[in-house]
Amino acid sequence: MNELLRFIGDGDAIPDKPVPDGLDGKDLLEIYRWLVVLRTFDERAVALQRQGRLGTYALYWGEEATQSGPMYACRDTDWVFPTYRQSSIGALRGVSPATVLAWWRGYGGTHGFYNAREHRVAPICVPIATHLPHAVGLAYAAKLRRDPIAALAWFGEGASSEGDFHEAMNFASVWKVPAVFFCVNNQWAISTPFSKQTATATIVAKAAAYNMPATLVDGFDPIACWKATKDALERARGGGGPTLIEASCYRIGAHGTADDPKLYRDDADAARWRALEPVGRTAGYLTRLGVLDDTKRSAIAEEAKRLIADAVAEMESMDMPGREVLFDYVYARGRPDSFAEGLDELAAVRRPPEVQPLRPQAPPSTGDADAPKGLK
Amino acid sequence: MTTLAGAPSTDTTEMNIVQAVHDTLRDEMRRDDRVLVLGEDVGARGGVFRATHGFLDEFGSERVLDTPLDECLIAGVAIGLALDDMLPVAEMQFADFIFPAFNQIVSEAARIRYRSNGDFEVPMVIRAPWGGGVHGALYHSQSIEAFFAHVPGLKVVVPSTPYDIKGMLIEAIEDRDPVLFLEHKKTYRLIKGEVPAERYTVPLGRAAVRTEGDDVTVVAYGLMHHFCVEAAGRLHGEGIGVEVIDLRSIYPLDMDTVLTSVRKTGKAMIVHEDTKFLGVGGEVAAQIAEEAFDDLDAPVVRVAGPHIPAMPFSPTLEHRYLPDVDRLEVALRKLAEY
Ligand SMILES: Cc1ncc(C[n+]2csc(CCOP(=O)(O)OP(=O)(O)O)c2C)c(N)n1
Ligand SMILES: [Mg+2]
Repeated sequence: MNELLRFIGDGDAIPDKPVPDGLDGKDLLEIYRWLVVLRTFDERAVALQRQGRLGTYALYWGEEATQSGPMYACRDTDWVFPTYRQSSIGALRGVSPATVLAWWRGYGGTHGFYNAREHRVAPICVPIATHLPHAVGLAYAAKLRRDPIAALAWFGEGASSEGDFHEAMNFASVWKVPAVFFCVNNQWAISTPFSKQTATATIVAKAAAYNMPATLVDGFDPIACWKATKDALERARGGGGPTLIEASCYRIGAHGTADDPKLYRDDADAARWRALEPVGRTAGYLTRLGVLDDTKRSAIAEEAKRLIADAVAEMESMDMPGREVLFDYVYARGRPDSFAEGLDELAAVRRPPEVQPLRPQAPPSTGDADAPKGLK
Repeated sequence: MTTLAGAPSTDTTEMNIVQAVHDTLRDEMRRDDRVLVLGEDVGARGGVFRATHGFLDEFGSERVLDTPLDECLIAGVAIGLALDDMLPVAEMQFADFIFPAFNQIVSEAARIRYRSNGDFEVPMVIRAPWGGGVHGALYHSQSIEAFFAHVPGLKVVVPSTPYDIKGMLIEAIEDRDPVLFLEHKKTYRLIKGEVPAERYTVPLGRAAVRTEGDDVTVVAYGLMHHFCVEAAGRLHGEGIGVEVIDLRSIYPLDMDTVLTSVRKTGKAMIVHEDTKFLGVGGEVAAQIAEEAFDDLDAPVVRVAGPHIPAMPFSPTLEHRYLPDVDRLEVALRKLAEY
């Protein structure tokens, strides 16, 4: 159970394996194209953040295979539950990349959030692991309705420490729920290494406690991620219950654009893992298979660049929401009781467009002995 | 009363809030080896705000614990440590993520003394960065004080000057009850002040009068109290005297200081960024009504966060969520003119 599933070699010491059943040349090219779209989005988003055109951004450089492979294994009717680390995954399913970029900028949707319900992409959970019981509940509802779909949820190895993870696994297995738990083990939860997260050697080891099947895959290999997810989804839809998948990889980049990994880990490690990153490695595999050549490769890269460039232009043309939407969507019907009063209060002040920094100003003298001295 | 009387007699250093947290915690760990810190990324990373920077090197991984990613565990283990005579200072990476620990804090930490007839006690501190204004969106901006201040057995404090951080953190560590020590993250680097080198404490449950004035009393805490001081400064120029009270502690609540001021000014306003409904302002207003009704010349006013689930991410909406100096100035002038 804990043997690493892998198809793509590195053109060197790691040997290639034959393409698994169910994928033809067209599929392989599409999985590769998705990797490139994701990579292009990610690199562009980081650049935009550096230029101050996006807020703090959670990059996923190197983790594209854990998104492209599993998404390709899904039917459009299956539900996906991403985390902040898979923010742009909906773009593989028809969500406009401009919408995702706008979300990171705070301009999107009404409140600066995006909602991809029509594409069966669940809202992104920032609190860690909270979405796992949701995926299980949604899958259970599908089971009750005899609806042959499954729910696929991503999470990090750090999330496996939260109670929500264990509770979701437990319920899913007891009730044979059509859910797939896809753990991206990138070895780091911000600065906390895997060894401090759990004493087990793998995340898949935890499946035994819930009597759940599990598969360990190379998280830099989109074909392996596809294969494991495909099998798990089929079992789930067929009434066979949930599966835990662990995609073993490495967080090559920072936790987010506000993080500096040099504070807590050796850059040289990340550099070593870089050799296994999925875009170049998959390109090598497909080239060796004769499915990809330089012409196709640059056409795919160009198309992805155009797609994301258009998305950036579209994002930049969006307006910020006005204050009147502040009280929308708090309840199903009507606005909160304090709505009118709140809006009046806001309207009473003419204000500049951005939050003003606190200006130092000498306060009138104070008689309090505890008053801070020299408060600025 | 163990605060310094008058001007500090020893050397002082100017520092910001996060530095004050860092230095105080470090000094307390040097002083008493029962003090230890635990939380997510507090070790090698020194915390996401660097409040425990350098601790791992100085105190080692047994007293500086990078825990697995689980807040319920962090609070629960801290309770266990405290039961066995340690003095844990647990860190919640953001106040927004304290909720997995709600059960441990409310059902256990707050109740163990009572349900054991005083045989057991939980002298722990939970530190958590709270509040908005940093473009942190829904889950890096929240105010959580009202949830916890509602629970008998807990103390909830909200210091927001470097001087108070030091004095109250020492007091919180020494306190034999569980203390939720809330640090406003926007003040971390924004607010600087002189901190005496010598060890001192500031009692939990004593408000501070930040500016004196005869016309209006404004009660606030955290970032909002700094905004109120600034608004008071503006109105001072117009001849309106605003007395700004920094609560510093939600529970225990220093109503004596508030009532003394309200009896003088006859007008009271309470400001917080937390939701108005059932917030701290409601409690303060109720106690003013109970104790000083005859002294009031105007209805008590609350300026607080709107009734929406959380801080929006959109910059314009975040800006409108948080009370700011302009809005406070308008509201204070209106109350003064009542
Ligand atoms: C309940 C909760 N606690 C803490 C955080 C702060 N936080 C954000 S990401 C993160 C690490 C997550 O690590 P992992 O689950 O491995 O996912 P990765 O970031 O590596 O994709 C932490 C601690 C949070 N978002 N939610
Ligand atoms: Mg991780």
